[in-house]
Amino acid sequence: MDEITKEMLKTVSDWDGEAEDGIAYNIRENGQCAGRRSSRNIVIESKEDAPGLIIRISPKAQKETVYIPACVTHGGVDDLVYNDFYVGAGADVTIVAGCGVHTDNEGQAKHNGIHRFFLDKGAHVLYQEKHIGTGTGTGFRRIDPVTDIELGEEAVLEMDTIQIGGVDRTFRKTTAKLAARARLIIHERLMTDGEDEAVSDFDVTLEGEDSGVDLISRSVARGNSRQDYHSKISGNCRCTGHSECDAILAENGKVNAAPELFAGNIDASLIHEAAIGKIAGEQIMKLKTLGLTEAEAEQKIIEGFLR
Amino acid sequence: MLELKGIEWTLPGGEEILKKIDFTVPDGKMTVITGPNGGGKTSIAKIIAGIAKPTNGTILLNGEDITDWDITQRSRSGIGYAFQQPVRFKGLKVRDLMELASEETLDESRLCSILGEVGLCAQEYIDRDVDASLSGGESKRIEIATVLAKKGAKVLVFDEPEAGIDLWSFTNLIDAFERLKSNHHESLLIISHQERILDIADYIIVIADGKVRMAGNKEEVLPGLLEGESGTNCPLGKGERGGAA
Repeated sequence: MDEITKEMLKTVSDWDGEAEDGIAYNIRENGQCAGRRSSRNIVIESKEDAPGLIIRISPKAQKETVYIPACVTHGGVDDLVYNDFYVGAGADVTIVAGCGVHTDNEGQAKHNGIHRFFLDKGAHVLYQEKHIGTGTGTGFRRIDPVTDIELGEEAVLEMDTIQIGGVDRTFRKTTAKLAARARLIIHERLMTDGEDEAVSDFDVTLEGEDSGVDLISRSVARGNSRQDYHSKISGNCRCTGHSECDAILAENGKVNAAPELFAGNIDASLIHEAAIGKIAGEQIMKLKTLGLTEAEAEQKIIEGFLR
Repeated sequence: MLELKGIEWTLPGGEEILKKIDFTVPDGKMTVITGPNGGGKTSIAKIIAGIAKPTNGTILLNGEDITDWDITQRSRSGIGYAFQQPVRFKGLKVRDLMELASEETLDESRLCSILGEVGLCAQEYIDRDVDASLSGGESKRIEIATVLAKKGAKVLVFDEPEAGIDLWSFTNLIDAFERLKSNHHESLLIISHQERILDIADYIIVIADGKVRMAGNKEEVLPGLLEGESGTNCPLGKGERGGAA
Protein backbone atom coordinates (compact mmCIF):
# COMPACT_ATOMS: atom_id res chain seq x y z
CA MET A 1 0.00 0.00 0.00
CA ASP A 2 1.65 3.28 -1.00
CA GLU A 3 1.79 6.49 1.02
CA ILE A 4 -0.84 8.26 -1.08
CA THR A 5 -3.27 5.44 -0.40
CA LYS A 6 -2.53 5.58 3.32
CA GLU A 7 -3.18 9.32 3.43
CA MET A 8 -6.41 9.03 1.46
CA LEU A 9 -7.63 6.13 3.58
CA LYS A 10 -7.21 8.24 6.70
CA THR A 11 -9.36 10.94 5.14
CA VAL A 12 -12.10 8.90 3.54
CA SER A 13 -12.52 6.15 6.11
CA ASP A 14 -10.50 7.07 9.22
CA TRP A 15 -8.36 4.05 8.39
CA ASP A 16 -4.99 4.26 10.13
CA GLY A 17 -3.47 1.17 8.56
CA GLU A 18 -4.52 -1.30 11.22
CA ALA A 19 -7.87 -2.91 11.85
CA GLU A 20 -8.95 -4.06 15.25
CA ASP A 21 -9.27 -7.79 15.77
CA GLY A 22 -12.50 -9.12 14.44
CA ILE A 23 -13.12 -6.24 12.04
CA ALA A 24 -13.79 -7.18 8.43
CA TYR A 25 -12.25 -5.12 5.66
CA ASN A 26 -11.21 -4.97 2.05
CA ILE A 27 -8.84 -2.28 0.83
CA ARG A 28 -8.84 -1.63 -2.91
CA GLU A 29 -5.86 0.16 -4.45
CA ASN A 30 -5.68 0.93 -8.18
CA GLY A 31 -8.08 -1.87 -9.01
CA GLN A 32 -6.27 -4.48 -6.90
CA CYS A 33 -6.90 -5.90 -3.47
CA ALA A 34 -4.40 -4.39 -1.01
CA GLY A 35 -5.74 -6.24 2.01
CA ARG A 36 -8.75 -8.25 3.06
CA ARG A 37 -10.12 -9.92 6.12
CA SER A 38 -13.48 -11.48 6.88
CA SER A 39 -14.92 -11.70 10.36
CA ARG A 40 -17.05 -14.33 12.01
CA ASN A 41 -20.26 -12.63 10.88
CA ILE A 42 -19.11 -10.72 7.81
CA VAL A 43 -17.66 -12.69 4.93
CA ILE A 44 -15.97 -10.93 2.02
CA GLU A 45 -15.34 -12.87 -1.20
CA SER A 46 -14.20 -11.93 -4.67
CA LYS A 47 -16.73 -12.04 -7.45
CA GLU A 48 -16.02 -14.62 -10.09
CA ASP A 49 -17.76 -12.98 -13.03
CA ALA A 50 -16.66 -9.38 -12.57
CA PRO A 51 -14.22 -7.26 -10.60
CA GLY A 52 -15.57 -6.69 -7.13
CA LEU A 53 -16.82 -8.26 -3.97
CA ILE A 54 -19.68 -10.16 -2.45
CA ILE A 55 -20.14 -9.17 1.18
CA ARG A 56 -22.41 -11.44 3.16
CA ILE A 57 -23.50 -10.15 6.53
CA SER A 58 -24.98 -12.69 8.89
CA PRO A 59 -28.09 -11.95 10.97
CA LYS A 60 -25.79 -12.49 13.95
CA ALA A 61 -23.80 -9.37 13.10
CA GLN A 62 -24.80 -6.79 15.68
CA LYS A 63 -23.13 -3.39 15.99
CA GLU A 64 -20.31 -4.58 13.75
CA THR A 65 -18.36 -2.55 11.20
CA VAL A 66 -16.90 -3.47 7.82
CA TYR A 67 -14.49 -1.27 5.86
CA ILE A 68 -14.39 -1.32 2.05
CA PRO A 69 -12.54 1.82 0.91
CA ALA A 70 -10.99 2.20 -2.54
CA CYS A 71 -8.19 4.44 -3.78
CA VAL A 72 -6.73 5.40 -7.13
CA THR A 73 -3.25 6.84 -6.66
CA HIS A 74 -2.24 7.99 -10.14
CA GLY A 75 -3.52 9.07 -13.52
CA GLY A 76 -4.34 6.59 -16.22
CA VAL A 77 -6.32 4.33 -13.90
CA ASP A 78 -9.97 3.62 -14.68
CA ASP A 79 -11.15 1.43 -11.83
CA LEU A 80 -14.51 -0.29 -12.10
CA VAL A 81 -15.81 -2.43 -9.26
CA TYR A 82 -19.07 -4.24 -8.54
CA ASN A 83 -19.79 -4.81 -4.88
CA ASP A 84 -22.88 -6.66 -3.65
CA PHE A 85 -23.98 -6.53 -0.02
CA TYR A 86 -26.34 -9.17 1.31
CA VAL A 87 -27.47 -8.23 4.80
CA GLY A 88 -29.26 -10.89 6.83
CA ALA A 89 -32.50 -10.39 8.71
CA GLY A 90 -32.07 -8.33 11.83
CA ALA A 91 -28.37 -7.62 11.33
CA ASP A 92 -27.14 -4.24 12.51
CA VAL A 93 -23.93 -3.03 10.89
CA THR A 94 -21.95 -0.03 9.76
CA ILE A 95 -20.35 -0.14 6.32
CA VAL A 96 -17.54 2.35 5.86
CA ALA A 97 -16.86 2.85 2.18
CA GLY A 98 -15.12 5.94 0.87
CA CYS A 99 -13.00 6.63 -2.14
CA GLY A 100 -10.01 8.77 -2.97
CA VAL A 101 -8.69 9.55 -6.44
CA HIS A 102 -5.28 11.12 -6.97
CA THR A 103 -3.37 12.22 -10.02
CA ASP A 104 -0.18 14.18 -10.41
CA ASN A 105 -0.09 14.08 -14.20
CA GLU A 106 -2.40 14.63 -17.17
CA GLY A 107 -3.96 11.19 -16.88
CA GLN A 108 -7.46 10.74 -15.49
CA ALA A 109 -7.83 9.01 -12.12
CA LYS A 110 -11.26 7.38 -12.04
CA HIS A 111 -13.17 5.13 -9.73
CA ASN A 112 -16.55 3.77 -10.61
CA GLY A 113 -18.16 1.76 -7.81
CA ILE A 114 -21.37 -0.08 -8.53
CA HIS A 115 -22.86 -1.10 -5.22
CA ARG A 116 -25.96 -3.21 -4.72
CA PHE A 117 -27.60 -3.59 -1.34
CA PHE A 118 -30.05 -6.34 -0.45
CA LEU A 119 -31.34 -5.95 3.08
CA ASP A 120 -33.48 -8.69 4.56
CA LYS A 121 -36.32 -8.12 6.97
CA GLY A 122 -35.47 -5.87 9.89
CA ALA A 123 -31.83 -5.37 8.93
CA HIS A 124 -30.24 -2.04 9.78
CA VAL A 125 -27.28 -0.60 7.91
CA LEU A 126 -25.44 2.65 8.35
CA TYR A 127 -23.50 3.24 5.12
CA GLN A 128 -20.82 5.92 5.26
CA GLU A 129 -19.19 7.08 2.05
CA LYS A 130 -16.68 9.89 1.80
CA HIS A 131 -15.11 10.97 -1.51
CA ILE A 132 -12.05 13.10 -2.11
CA GLY A 133 -9.79 14.07 -5.00
CA THR A 134 -6.15 15.04 -4.50
CA GLY A 135 -2.96 15.66 -6.49
CA THR A 136 -1.52 18.40 -8.64
CA GLY A 137 -2.09 16.83 -12.07
CA THR A 138 -4.26 18.29 -14.78
CA GLY A 139 -5.98 14.96 -15.37
CA PHE A 140 -9.56 14.69 -14.15
CA ARG A 141 -10.26 13.15 -10.77
CA ARG A 142 -13.53 11.37 -11.34
CA ILE A 143 -15.80 9.29 -9.10
CA ASP A 144 -19.06 7.88 -10.46
CA PRO A 145 -20.84 5.78 -7.86
CA VAL A 146 -23.93 3.78 -8.73
CA THR A 147 -26.01 2.47 -5.84
CA ASP A 148 -28.95 0.09 -6.17
CA ILE A 149 -30.91 -0.62 -3.02
CA GLU A 150 -33.56 -3.20 -2.21
CA LEU A 151 -34.96 -2.95 1.28
CA GLY A 152 -36.97 -5.82 2.67
CA GLU A 153 -39.76 -5.39 5.17
CA GLU A 154 -38.82 -3.20 8.13
CA ALA A 155 -35.26 -2.86 6.89
CA VAL A 156 -33.52 0.45 7.47
CA LEU A 157 -30.66 1.88 5.42
CA GLU A 158 -29.03 5.14 6.42
CA MET A 159 -26.71 6.48 3.73
CA ASP A 160 -24.35 9.22 4.79
CA THR A 161 -22.37 10.44 1.80
CA ILE A 162 -19.98 13.34 1.53
CA GLN A 163 -17.78 14.64 -1.26
CA ILE A 164 -15.25 16.86 0.42
CA GLY A 165 -13.61 18.44 -2.60
CA GLY A 166 -11.06 17.98 -5.32
CA VAL A 167 -13.25 15.71 -7.45
CA ASP A 168 -13.51 17.30 -10.89
CA ARG A 169 -16.39 15.21 -12.16
CA THR A 170 -18.90 13.04 -10.41
CA PHE A 171 -22.11 11.36 -11.43
CA ARG A 172 -23.94 9.76 -8.54
CA LYS A 173 -26.85 7.52 -9.41
CA THR A 174 -28.93 5.98 -6.64
CA THR A 175 -32.05 3.86 -7.06
CA ALA A 176 -34.05 2.20 -4.30
CA LYS A 177 -37.11 0.05 -3.81
CA LEU A 178 -38.70 -0.23 -0.39
CA ALA A 179 -40.92 -2.99 0.96
CA ALA A 180 -43.45 -2.59 3.75
CA ARG A 181 -42.33 -0.51 6.73
CA ALA A 182 -38.83 -0.15 5.33
CA ARG A 183 -37.03 3.16 5.76
CA LEU A 184 -34.36 4.82 3.68
CA ILE A 185 -32.54 7.86 4.99
CA ILE A 186 -30.06 9.53 2.67
CA HIS A 187 -27.94 12.44 3.79
CA GLU A 188 -25.81 13.74 0.93
CA ARG A 189 -23.29 16.57 1.30
CA LEU A 190 -21.41 17.93 -1.64
CA MET A 191 -18.82 20.64 -2.19
CA THR A 192 -17.70 21.71 -5.65
CA ASP A 193 -15.22 24.42 -6.58
CA GLY A 194 -13.22 25.63 -9.56
CA GLU A 195 -14.49 24.00 -12.74
CA ASP A 196 -15.96 20.93 -10.97
CA GLU A 197 -19.17 19.38 -12.22
CA ALA A 198 -21.36 17.12 -10.12
CA VAL A 199 -24.60 15.32 -10.86
CA SER A 200 -26.74 13.58 -8.25
CA ASP A 201 -29.65 11.47 -9.41
CA PHE A 202 -31.99 9.69 -7.00
CA ASP A 203 -34.91 7.46 -7.92
CA VAL A 204 -36.77 5.97 -4.96
CA THR A 205 -39.86 3.80 -5.26
CA LEU A 206 -42.00 3.19 -2.21
CA GLU A 207 -43.75 -0.09 -2.86
CA GLY A 208 -44.63 -1.38 0.60
CA GLU A 209 -47.27 -0.04 2.96
CA ASP A 210 -45.90 2.43 5.51
CA SER A 211 -42.49 2.59 3.92
CA GLY A 212 -40.70 5.90 4.04
CA VAL A 213 -37.79 7.83 2.59
CA ASP A 214 -36.03 10.91 3.85
CA LEU A 215 -33.68 12.34 1.25
CA ILE A 216 -31.61 15.31 2.34
CA SER A 217 -29.06 16.92 0.07
CA ARG A 218 -26.91 19.85 1.11
CA SER A 219 -24.37 21.30 -1.23
CA VAL A 220 -22.06 24.23 -1.76
CA ALA A 221 -21.13 25.35 -5.28
CA ARG A 222 -18.15 27.69 -5.40
CA GLY A 223 -15.89 29.05 -8.13
CA ASN A 224 -17.27 28.24 -11.58
CA SER A 225 -18.56 24.84 -10.53
CA ARG A 226 -21.92 23.42 -11.50
CA GLN A 227 -24.19 20.94 -9.80
CA ASP A 228 -27.27 19.17 -11.10
CA TYR A 229 -29.64 17.55 -8.67
CA HIS A 230 -32.47 15.28 -9.75
CA SER A 231 -34.64 13.31 -7.41
CA LYS A 232 -37.75 11.28 -8.01
CA ILE A 233 -39.80 9.77 -5.24
CA SER A 234 -42.66 7.52 -6.32
CA GLY A 235 -45.23 6.57 -3.72
CA ASN A 236 -47.34 3.66 -4.88
CA CYS A 237 -48.99 2.88 -1.56
CA ARG A 238 -49.59 4.38 1.88
CA CYS A 239 -46.14 5.81 2.50
CA THR A 240 -44.18 8.91 3.34
CA GLY A 241 -41.53 10.60 1.25
CA HIS A 242 -39.57 13.72 2.02
CA SER A 243 -36.82 15.29 -0.01
CA GLU A 244 -34.91 18.40 0.86
CA CYS A 245 -32.39 20.05 -1.43
CA ASP A 246 -30.49 23.00 -0.01
CA ALA A 247 -27.62 24.61 -1.82
CA ILE A 248 -25.34 27.52 -1.05
CA LEU A 249 -23.90 29.42 -3.97
CA ALA A 250 -20.64 31.32 -3.81
CA GLU A 251 -18.76 33.23 -6.53
CA ASN A 252 -20.08 31.90 -9.87
CA GLY A 253 -21.35 28.55 -8.66
CA LYS A 254 -24.44 27.18 -10.38
CA VAL A 255 -27.02 24.69 -9.18
CA ASN A 256 -29.89 23.14 -11.06
CA ALA A 257 -32.34 21.32 -8.79
CA ALA A 258 -35.13 19.28 -10.32
CA PRO A 259 -37.12 17.37 -7.74
CA GLU A 260 -39.99 15.16 -8.81
CA LEU A 261 -42.72 13.53 -6.78
CA PHE A 262 -45.14 10.91 -8.04
CA ALA A 263 -48.10 9.89 -5.89
CA GLY A 264 -49.71 6.75 -7.23
CA ASN A 265 -51.91 6.21 -4.23
CA ILE A 266 -54.27 8.47 -2.32
CA ASP A 267 -52.47 7.68 0.93
CA ALA A 268 -49.01 8.57 -0.36
CA SER A 269 -47.74 11.61 1.51
CA LEU A 270 -44.84 13.22 -0.31
CA ILE A 271 -43.06 16.50 0.38
CA HIS A 272 -40.24 18.34 -1.29
CA GLU A 273 -38.37 21.35 0.02
CA ALA A 274 -35.69 23.24 -1.86
CA ALA A 275 -33.67 26.35 -1.19
CA ILE A 276 -30.82 27.67 -3.30
CA GLY A 277 -29.01 30.92 -2.73
CA LYS A 278 -26.00 32.64 -1.33
CA ILE A 279 -25.34 32.70 2.41
CA ALA A 280 -27.92 34.94 4.03
CA GLY A 281 -26.46 38.30 4.97
CA GLU A 282 -28.03 38.13 8.41
CA GLN A 283 -26.18 34.87 9.13
CA ILE A 284 -22.86 36.51 8.33
CA MET A 285 -23.87 39.50 10.42
CA LYS A 286 -24.77 37.38 13.43
CA LEU A 287 -21.43 35.61 13.43
CA LYS A 288 -19.64 38.93 12.99
CA THR A 289 -21.38 40.15 16.15
CA LEU A 290 -19.75 37.17 17.84
CA GLY A 291 -16.33 38.41 16.70
CA LEU A 292 -15.75 36.51 13.44
CA THR A 293 -14.54 38.20 10.28
CA GLU A 294 -16.67 37.86 7.16
CA ALA A 295 -14.41 35.12 5.77
CA GLU A 296 -14.42 33.24 9.08
CA ALA A 297 -18.19 33.54 9.28
CA GLU A 298 -18.64 32.16 5.75
CA GLN A 299 -16.31 29.28 6.50
CA LYS A 300 -18.12 28.44 9.72
CA ILE A 301 -21.52 28.54 8.05
CA ILE A 302 -20.37 26.26 5.23
CA GLU A 303 -18.68 23.84 7.65
CA GLY A 304 -21.86 23.58 9.66
CA PHE A 305 -24.05 23.29 6.58
CA LEU A 306 -22.03 20.37 5.24
CA ARG A 307 -21.44 18.68 8.59
CA MET B 1 -18.81 53.86 28.96
CA LEU B 2 -20.56 54.13 25.62
CA GLU B 3 -21.39 57.58 24.28
CA LEU B 4 -23.49 58.54 21.29
CA LYS B 5 -22.98 62.08 20.14
CA GLY B 6 -25.09 63.78 17.49
CA ILE B 7 -26.01 60.51 15.81
CA GLU B 8 -28.04 60.98 12.65
CA TRP B 9 -29.11 58.33 10.21
CA THR B 10 -30.80 59.20 6.95
CA LEU B 11 -31.81 56.59 4.39
CA PRO B 12 -30.66 57.02 0.78
CA GLY B 13 -34.20 58.13 -0.14
CA GLY B 14 -33.95 60.99 2.36
CA GLU B 15 -36.02 59.57 5.21
CA GLU B 16 -34.54 60.66 8.52
CA ILE B 17 -34.49 57.70 10.90
CA LEU B 18 -32.40 59.20 13.69
CA LYS B 19 -32.08 62.91 14.43
CA LYS B 20 -29.25 64.19 16.60
CA ILE B 21 -29.26 61.39 19.13
CA ASP B 22 -27.14 62.05 22.23
CA PHE B 23 -26.92 59.77 25.22
CA THR B 24 -24.50 57.89 27.42
CA VAL B 25 -24.60 54.30 28.63
CA PRO B 26 -22.72 54.37 31.95
CA ASP B 27 -20.42 51.55 33.05
CA GLY B 28 -21.94 48.73 35.05
CA LYS B 29 -25.45 50.12 34.82
CA MET B 30 -28.60 49.08 33.07
CA THR B 31 -30.06 51.50 30.58
CA VAL B 32 -33.37 50.80 28.92
CA ILE B 33 -34.46 52.43 25.67
CA THR B 34 -38.20 52.52 25.19
CA GLY B 35 -40.68 54.26 22.95
CA PRO B 36 -43.28 53.58 20.29
CA ASN B 37 -42.78 51.21 17.38
CA GLY B 38 -40.96 52.74 14.44
CA GLY B 39 -39.39 55.44 16.60
CA GLY B 40 -35.78 54.45 15.91
CA LYS B 41 -34.88 52.19 18.86
CA THR B 42 -33.68 49.22 16.82
CA SER B 43 -31.82 51.59 14.49
CA ILE B 44 -29.86 52.87 17.47
CA ALA B 45 -29.02 49.31 18.53
CA LYS B 46 -27.85 48.44 15.03
CA ILE B 47 -25.71 51.57 14.87
CA ILE B 48 -24.08 50.65 18.18
CA ALA B 49 -23.37 47.12 16.95
CA GLY B 50 -21.95 48.44 13.66
CA ILE B 51 -24.67 46.88 11.54
CA ALA B 52 -25.81 50.28 10.34
CA LYS B 53 -23.56 53.26 9.72
CA PRO B 54 -24.71 56.67 10.94
CA THR B 55 -24.85 59.53 8.47
CA ASN B 56 -23.39 61.87 11.08
CA GLY B 57 -22.26 61.73 14.65
CA THR B 58 -19.74 59.91 16.80
CA ILE B 59 -19.76 56.78 18.91
CA LEU B 60 -17.21 56.51 21.69
CA LEU B 61 -16.39 53.39 23.70
CA ASN B 62 -14.40 54.26 26.81
CA GLY B 63 -13.34 57.44 25.08
CA GLU B 64 -12.20 55.74 21.86
CA ASP B 65 -13.92 56.72 18.62
CA ILE B 66 -15.41 53.52 17.20
CA THR B 67 -17.71 55.17 14.66
CA ASP B 68 -15.87 53.71 11.69
CA TRP B 69 -15.27 50.29 13.20
CA ASP B 70 -17.02 47.35 11.56
CA ILE B 71 -19.18 44.77 13.33
CA THR B 72 -16.29 42.41 14.01
CA GLN B 73 -14.08 45.11 15.51
CA ARG B 74 -16.88 46.28 17.76
CA SER B 75 -17.59 42.76 18.90
CA ARG B 76 -13.93 42.18 19.67
CA SER B 77 -13.89 45.42 21.63
CA GLY B 78 -16.63 44.06 23.87
CA ILE B 79 -19.94 45.06 22.30
CA GLY B 80 -22.49 42.23 22.25
CA TYR B 81 -25.76 42.42 20.37
CA ALA B 82 -28.83 40.23 20.64
CA PHE B 83 -30.96 40.51 17.51
CA GLN B 84 -34.65 41.23 17.83
CA GLN B 85 -35.33 38.54 15.22
CA PRO B 86 -33.03 35.58 15.93
CA VAL B 87 -31.00 34.33 13.00
CA ARG B 88 -31.35 30.66 12.06
CA PHE B 89 -28.64 28.44 10.63
CA LYS B 90 -28.88 25.07 8.96
CA GLY B 91 -26.11 22.99 10.42
CA LEU B 92 -24.82 25.20 13.22
CA LYS B 93 -25.69 23.87 16.64
CA VAL B 94 -26.48 25.67 19.85
CA ARG B 95 -23.12 24.57 21.22
CA ASP B 96 -21.36 26.06 18.17
CA LEU B 97 -22.85 29.50 18.74
CA MET B 98 -22.10 29.43 22.47
CA GLU B 99 -18.49 28.44 21.83
CA LEU B 100 -18.06 31.09 19.15
CA ALA B 101 -19.42 33.69 21.57
CA SER B 102 -17.26 32.59 24.48
CA GLU B 103 -14.22 31.90 22.26
CA GLU B 104 -13.53 28.60 24.03
CA THR B 105 -14.65 25.01 24.21
CA LEU B 106 -17.41 24.78 26.78
CA ASP B 107 -18.08 21.78 28.96
CA GLU B 108 -21.61 20.73 29.72
CA SER B 109 -21.70 22.39 33.11
CA ARG B 110 -20.73 25.77 31.66
CA LEU B 111 -23.25 25.37 28.83
CA CYS B 112 -25.84 24.43 31.41
CA SER B 113 -25.07 27.55 33.36
CA ILE B 114 -25.38 29.85 30.32
CA LEU B 115 -28.51 28.27 28.88
CA GLY B 116 -30.03 28.01 32.36
CA GLU B 117 -29.96 31.81 32.49
CA VAL B 118 -32.59 31.84 29.76
CA GLY B 119 -34.53 28.89 31.10
CA LEU B 120 -33.21 26.19 28.77
CA CYS B 121 -31.87 22.82 29.80
CA ALA B 122 -28.47 22.40 28.16
CA GLN B 123 -28.75 18.65 27.72
CA GLU B 124 -31.81 19.07 25.54
CA TYR B 125 -30.44 21.86 23.40
CA ILE B 126 -26.66 21.84 22.96
CA ASP B 127 -26.69 19.44 20.02
CA ARG B 128 -29.73 20.90 18.31
CA ASP B 129 -29.42 22.87 15.11
CA VAL B 130 -30.23 26.56 15.39
CA ASP B 131 -32.81 26.22 12.63
CA ALA B 132 -36.53 26.22 12.05
CA SER B 133 -36.97 23.17 14.26
CA LEU B 134 -36.72 25.54 17.23
CA SER B 135 -39.78 27.51 18.22
CA GLY B 136 -39.69 31.30 18.11
CA GLY B 137 -39.31 31.46 21.87
CA GLU B 138 -36.52 28.89 21.94
CA SER B 139 -34.65 30.73 19.19
CA LYS B 140 -35.02 33.97 21.04
CA ARG B 141 -33.67 32.54 24.26
CA ILE B 142 -30.69 31.03 22.45
CA GLU B 143 -30.05 34.37 20.79
CA ILE B 144 -29.96 36.04 24.20
CA ALA B 145 -27.72 33.28 25.56
CA THR B 146 -25.14 33.93 22.82
CA VAL B 147 -24.77 37.43 24.18
CA LEU B 148 -24.67 36.30 27.80
CA ALA B 149 -21.86 33.91 26.80
CA LYS B 150 -19.81 36.63 25.19
CA LYS B 151 -16.17 36.79 26.19
CA GLY B 152 -14.79 40.15 27.29
CA ALA B 153 -18.16 41.84 27.22
CA LYS B 154 -18.26 45.54 28.02
CA VAL B 155 -21.59 46.66 26.58
CA LEU B 156 -24.39 44.18 25.99
CA VAL B 157 -27.23 45.32 23.75
CA PHE B 158 -30.53 43.40 23.77
CA ASP B 159 -33.22 44.33 21.27
CA GLU B 160 -36.62 43.50 22.74
CA PRO B 161 -35.45 40.44 24.66
CA GLU B 162 -38.95 39.81 25.96
CA ALA B 163 -40.48 39.30 22.50
CA GLY B 164 -41.73 35.76 22.03
CA ILE B 165 -40.63 34.55 25.44
CA ASP B 166 -43.02 32.81 27.80
CA LEU B 167 -43.77 34.09 31.28
CA TRP B 168 -41.56 31.59 33.09
CA SER B 169 -38.56 32.18 30.88
CA PHE B 170 -39.13 35.89 31.12
CA THR B 171 -38.82 35.67 34.88
CA ASN B 172 -35.50 33.86 34.42
CA LEU B 173 -34.42 36.58 32.03
CA ILE B 174 -35.23 39.33 34.50
CA ASP B 175 -33.21 37.43 37.12
CA ALA B 176 -30.31 37.14 34.66
CA PHE B 177 -30.39 40.87 33.93
CA GLU B 178 -30.46 41.61 37.65
CA ARG B 179 -27.48 39.34 38.22
CA LEU B 180 -25.56 41.05 35.43
CA LYS B 181 -26.48 44.39 36.95
CA SER B 182 -25.30 43.40 40.38
CA ASN B 183 -21.92 42.31 38.98
CA HIS B 184 -21.33 45.86 37.72
CA HIS B 185 -19.00 44.41 35.08
CA GLU B 186 -20.94 45.00 31.91
CA SER B 187 -23.09 47.88 30.80
CA LEU B 188 -26.52 46.72 29.73
CA LEU B 189 -28.51 48.49 27.05
CA ILE B 190 -31.93 46.97 26.61
CA ILE B 191 -34.60 47.98 24.16
CA SER B 192 -37.91 47.11 25.69
CA HIS B 193 -41.53 48.01 26.19
CA GLN B 194 -41.85 45.72 29.18
CA GLU B 195 -42.69 47.36 32.47
CA ARG B 196 -40.82 44.71 34.45
CA ILE B 197 -37.66 45.51 32.51
CA LEU B 198 -38.21 49.24 32.84
CA ASP B 199 -38.68 48.64 36.53
CA ILE B 200 -35.17 47.22 37.04
CA ALA B 201 -33.46 49.87 34.90
CA ASP B 202 -31.03 52.36 36.31
CA TYR B 203 -31.67 54.77 33.46
CA ILE B 204 -34.44 55.11 30.90
CA ILE B 205 -34.25 56.79 27.52
CA VAL B 206 -37.41 57.40 25.55
CA ILE B 207 -37.03 57.53 21.78
CA ALA B 208 -39.76 58.61 19.40
CA ASP B 209 -39.71 59.90 15.86
CA GLY B 210 -35.94 59.46 15.77
CA LYS B 211 -35.30 61.74 18.74
CA VAL B 212 -34.56 61.41 22.44
CA ARG B 213 -37.80 62.54 24.05
CA MET B 214 -36.96 61.86 27.66
CA ALA B 215 -33.91 60.55 29.46
CA GLY B 216 -32.90 60.23 33.04
CA ASN B 217 -32.87 58.09 36.14
CA LYS B 218 -35.63 55.54 36.29
CA GLU B 219 -37.16 57.41 39.19
CA GLU B 220 -37.39 60.55 37.08
CA VAL B 221 -38.69 59.04 33.87
CA LEU B 222 -40.79 56.00 34.72
CA PRO B 223 -43.63 57.68 36.63
CA GLY B 224 -44.33 59.98 33.72
CA LEU B 225 -44.21 57.11 31.25
CA LEU B 226 -46.64 55.04 33.27
CA GLU B 227 -49.02 57.95 33.63
CA GLY B 228 -49.03 58.57 29.87
CA GLU B 229 -47.52 61.99 30.27
CA SER B 230 -47.99 62.81 26.62
CA GLY B 231 -51.73 63.04 26.95
CA THR B 232 -52.19 60.49 24.20
CA ASN B 233 -51.94 56.73 24.11
CA CYS B 234 -48.30 57.19 23.35
CA PRO B 235 -46.44 58.31 26.46
CA LEU B 236 -44.25 60.58 24.39
CA GLY B 237 -44.07 63.73 22.46
CA LYS B 238 -45.17 66.19 25.12
CA GLY B 239 -41.93 67.52 26.50
CA GLU B 240 -38.67 66.97 24.73
CA ARG B 241 -36.67 66.64 27.88
CA GLY B 242 -33.66 65.18 26.10
CA GLY B 243 -30.32 65.16 27.82
CA ALA B 244 -27.92 62.43 28.71
CA ALA B 245 -28.73 59.59 31.03
